[in-house]
Amino acid sequence: MIPEIGRFALILALMIALAQTILPLIGAARRDARAMAFGDVGAIAQLFFVGVAFGCLMISFAVSDFSVEVVATNSHTSQPLIYRLAGTWGNHEGSMLLWVLILAVFGATVALLGRTIPSTMRARVLATQGLIGVGFLAFLIFTSNPFARLDPAPLQGNGLNPLLQDPGLASHPPMLYLGYVGFSTAFSFAVAALLEGRADAAWARHARPWILAAWVFLTTGIALGSLWAYYELGWGGWWFWDPVENASLMPWLLGTALLHSALVMERRESFVRWTLLLSILTFSLSLIGTFVVRSGVLTSVHAFAVDPQRGVFILLLLGVATGGGLLLYALRANNLRSGAPFSIVSREGSLILNNALIVTAMATVFIGTFYPLLIELLGSDRISVGAPFYALTFVPLVAPVLAGMAVGPMLKWRSDTLANGLRKLGWAAIAGALAGLISLVLTGARTPVAAVGIALAVWIMAASVSIVAKRIRIGKAPWLESTRLALALPRTVYGVVFAHLGVGLLLAGLVAANAWKQELTSSLQPGESLRFAGYDVQMLSVTTGTGSNYEAERSVLSFSHGEDIAFLLTPERRFYPDREMQTTEASVRSNLVANTYAALGERGDDGKWTVRLYRHPLAIWIWLGAAIMALGGALSWSGGLRSATTASAKSAVMAAATSP
Amino acid sequence: MKLLKPILAVCLFVMAAPALAVEPSEMLRDPALEARARDISEHLRCVVCQNQTIDDSNAPLAHDMRLLVRERLMAGDSDRQVIDYIVARYGDFVLLRPPWQPDTWALWIAPFAIFALALLGLFSQVRRRSEAAPPPLSADERRRLNQLLTNAKQPPPGTGVS
Repeated sequence: MIPEIGRFALILALMIALAQTILPLIGAARRDARAMAFGDVGAIAQLFFVGVAFGCLMISFAVSDFSVEVVATNSHTSQPLIYRLAGTWGNHEGSMLLWVLILAVFGATVALLGRTIPSTMRARVLATQGLIGVGFLAFLIFTSNPFARLDPAPLQGNGLNPLLQDPGLASHPPMLYLGYVGFSTAFSFAVAALLEGRADAAWARHARPWILAAWVFLTTGIALGSLWAYYELGWGGWWFWDPVENASLMPWLLGTALLHSALVMERRESFVRWTLLLSILTFSLSLIGTFVVRSGVLTSVHAFAVDPQRGVFILLLLGVATGGGLLLYALRANNLRSGAPFSIVSREGSLILNNALIVTAMATVFIGTFYPLLIELLGSDRISVGAPFYALTFVPLVAPVLAGMAVGPMLKWRSDTLANGLRKLGWAAIAGALAGLISLVLTGARTPVAAVGIALAVWIMAASVSIVAKRIRIGKAPWLESTRLALALPRTVYGVVFAHLGVGLLLAGLVAANAWKQELTSSLQPGESLRFAGYDVQMLSVTTGTGSNYEAERSVLSFSHGEDIAFLLTPERRFYPDREMQTTEASVRSNLVANTYAALGERGDDGKWTVRLYRHPLAIWIWLGAAIMALGGALSWSGGLRSATTASAKSAVMAAATSP
Repeated sequence: MKLLKPILAVCLFVMAAPALAVEPSEMLRDPALEARARDISEHLRCVVCQNQTIDDSNAPLAHDMRLLVRERLMAGDSDRQVIDYIVARYGDFVLLRPPWQPDTWALWIAPFAIFALALLGLFSQVRRRSEAAPPPLSADERRRLNQLLTNAKQPPPGTGVS
């Protein structure tokens, strides 16, 4: 009964989405307030019905209703409740339902929080959200029905993929989707602006909070994914340039470019068309990300053919959204006026460079991801594009962005001189150079490139801090005055500071953990010990035990300096009988200086266990940096949301005052 | 097509299995030689896996490839010769850094070509815009503007802020 309610709710949601697409568009064209208002009602109703559908699927998972096909293939009664619930999106159908749910959430937030958006604009934004909803609801209902029944129902399910039975990976897809789907609002705002024929600073003020929200979620989602890979896959890596990872990196990069160009649009009414184009393309890349992961096309061209119906449908959606968006852009963008002039050395100029580089970096990832596919389709030899390719192309493209992101915020709008900007960065340069020198000395000058990387990271961090230092006149004004200024600074300033600070931390972590990692693979049995990274490592024991739905081999390793045990690590191997799968649970001791990482491998013929040990200096900074970046985005978001509401209120008052 | 499912299954299994790749038993005694082997392995793809190096994978094939690399090194091959040997057996597909050859020229050139184009396009846009901008004020105009601005500081009656 419950699955049928879910399916029925989905069909109703599709009907509402259809009406939500058509009525507000007609209303906006005819200035009919009642038809436009259906956008709000429709968006909220759509959230309700999709929410009901999602709830129904979740209930089916919670009670292990194996007559529902996706439950039978992706759940098991022995799983803890949390992973039965997480199983809702641990499969194709459920994850697409989650996608649609998040789309509906964003639509409803535009309806509820976007009260200050001019009514025709809001109607058109919601109509576009509705249209995207139509596409994906149809996809769900016609090709990926999550509520399909099995008759007879099996007594037991196949279980959730054990790799997914982990808090990191349970929360990774929802975060990632909040990011991907969040960019649908950017797309809808761009489409609405093109339909309206008007895109100005107010547009940017209204659209930016949603772009920021999407960016924050995507940043968090990617970070969670890489953190998960780090401790779950068991060989101490966090980024593999895997097509699936690249698929999430591309919209992130373009979203980052969009964030910056929308900023220029908000402040200076420049970059208008470029911002709209980025809005359309960022969402296209989000769709490509969904397509890549869901169709399996990148495993091999041939995997696509395993289930062509779904792949073709998503490809069609991708084509309609991207093609339609770009067509509209080609037809209408020229009518939009472009903004104030500026010289090349200026805040705008620096952001142009930022955008050019980031977009190129994105294109590099795109080509690197899809080129092998193209080669395969053309029938020549198959090739692989891996980390060494990106080290030679992506890294040199991103390095100038990193070096320049310290300078950009120091430049004035419109026109400035480079000397002027650099003068404000004196002590940031000193800090960077010192950090580089120190790391050169500490590591015995073996890795000069890494030292440059550390210098760059500290330069970025120091420069971001000096943004605040300048604004609150630290050292120049009395202490109390500085505090007062610090409290009065807009949140958007802190947003920039934290976001850039986070990039610096992330960079330092990546450089240090890559360049100065230590690793040792060896075999041990209880009682034996070895030397690693200045520690005496002893294997104390290996015990077997059972978890809720797995059997575990758990080892205890002690790390000691001389007599004193510094800490214990307990790497595990788990065997999940319902899927006949083995997983590793690495054990990591983490502090700001370094991660010490241990993973347990198989038992060899000699009765010893393979043990892999790593030491990754500063590794935690990678995820700390990502978290601080996300925090910066969130600060900007809350500041931007406030200014969006107050600014519109102000302009509404002005408009009322000046109208006859 | 029938072959595909088992291959996928193997890949999934490989992804899932504890990825303790290089086994102690495989390692060479000579640490310098072993370091070279590791370095080479990081540039070679395990051909049955999804984007994994032979160093990271514990698929049986990756194991064989690792042994092959070490065999060649023991036989006195240079790094280049080892890689050539592996490529001769498994094709360009094993190279994680694609070779420079006619069908990959586009791949290697594209990033830099795109950057040049992007820069050119964006800056020409800027140039066009600043040309369209009005010329800066002359000294005389600036004096008159200042005058207007000082006058504006005392608002004429009836235009208070609404």
